[in-house]
Amino acid sequence: MMRFLSKALTDIRSNRFLNTITIMTIALSILLVSVFMLFFENAGRVLSAWNQGGRAMVYLSESFTPAMLPNVKEQLMSMGGIEKTTFIPKARALEQLKKEMGSKTRFLSTLQENPLPDAIEITMADYNNFDQIQKTAGRIEALDIVDTVEYGQGWLGRFFKLFNLFKMTGYAMSGLFLMIALFITANTVRITFYARQAEVEIMRLVGATDGFIKTPFYVEGLLQGFFGGVLGIIILLTGYLTLSSGISQNLSAYVYLDIHFLSWPAMAIILFSSTFLGWFGCFISLKQILK
Amino acid sequence: MRANSGKANIIRLFNVTKRYGGKLALNNITLDIKPGEFIFISGPSGAGKSTLLKVLYLAERVSEGQILIDGINLARVSSSKLPFLRRRFGMVFQDFKLIPSRTVFENVALVLKVAGEKPSYIKKKVMHVLRVTGMEKKANQLPLTLSGGEQQRVAVARAVVSEPSIILADEPTGSLDSESAQRVLDLLLGYHQNGATILMASHNLEQMALFGKGRNIALEDGALKGISTILC
Repeated sequence: MMRFLSKALTDIRSNRFLNTITIMTIALSILLVSVFMLFFENAGRVLSAWNQGGRAMVYLSESFTPAMLPNVKEQLMSMGGIEKTTFIPKARALEQLKKEMGSKTRFLSTLQENPLPDAIEITMADYNNFDQIQKTAGRIEALDIVDTVEYGQGWLGRFFKLFNLFKMTGYAMSGLFLMIALFITANTVRITFYARQAEVEIMRLVGATDGFIKTPFYVEGLLQGFFGGVLGIIILLTGYLTLSSGISQNLSAYVYLDIHFLSWPAMAIILFSSTFLGWFGCFISLKQILK
Repeated sequence: MRANSGKANIIRLFNVTKRYGGKLALNNITLDIKPGEFIFISGPSGAGKSTLLKVLYLAERVSEGQILIDGINLARVSSSKLPFLRRRFGMVFQDFKLIPSRTVFENVALVLKVAGEKPSYIKKKVMHVLRVTGMEKKANQLPLTLSGGEQQRVAVARAVVSEPSIILADEPTGSLDSESAQRVLDLLLGYHQNGATILMASHNLEQMALFGKGRNIALEDGALKGISTILC
């Protein structure tokens, strides 16, 4: 294997221009995919933080009495998609409000009765799926004892729509760029193969198997893919470090932003994908040439 | 006409015909070759000398007839088994067929590498063969920096490094001056005396005399014109 690796490195060096173009193309494609992955990872995290892990408040109607609580809880849990329920009596809600508002609560003492309703805080299981949240909330709202369900439907809905639009664009752009990278990798292998056709013929004459002939091309493809992936991640990291410090400084005062670079598993997936891309480009070309 | 029919033939051809389109390149050739024989294949250009060698190492498949090499029927050799068959041969070509981007050492070593030999064995064996062929000092040079005669000696070294029982040489001296040609023929003669079966295509009949006992297969228009024994 070391022999093939060293041969592939020598071949990459001797065919520098073509290989640089291929590696750059893979790097750019991987960069684009990584940018989307970075966005989705962070957007997902911010979204779940904003959504407080899928929490929603079920405000109960005035006809609710504490004796009904076990029955209401049972009805909620039987709907599915709800992980946890916590009853918040209106008295505790008022106390909480007073605590949160601190010195600005003088007006509350003028109230003759507690205006807050009894509520049940629920935690939804699939909170990254807005349609699911909407459906569950709708079913809860249909119960007679429930007045309203509050789950950030306004802004959350808009954010999810935007998020999904980005997701679709991301998939399409990533797919397109990966196809381009695959096409260029396959063509590089084809050109390299034809440039070495005489060498391949001689190898065949002295008894080289197809495996022996193909292996250096595959190793070269794997290396191109791997180097392209590493380069793509390095470019992304450089861009991330430059931009993230500016964004955090300017926006952190206004909104909750917890921006991280790609996780190790995500980077591993990217490197594996780019290496696979190099191999697959090679596979397609050699399959056509050596059929 | 069947030549030298007897037991333990290493190569046997039965009514071998090769056509390219409508043109006959080999016409109904039947031939037996014993191990250790020297076979000189003569004839004018286009007689079918190279085609006869090509059908032996399966660069071409025959149109009709059958060939047995060491008991293996070439018609039954699949493309996946072909490399293993070719390892039984050493081959020398008029145009040397050396890889220009690899050194003399690497060109010769390739035969052993494809056979999966260990690096230490390859180094020892290749240097030995290069010493015998007088190319030891040029082991690290690229083929294009060598003269034609030297390149052909490298090609002979590559052909014999795996100690094949059969050496096929297609006009090995065709592009060489007389002195270089003589050195290459001396090398082939040495391996023949060590027991290798050699089939050498050439239009230079004078070279036959070098090899002592052997047979001359004369071809004309793809057909066997005659077989004569060389006794020098």
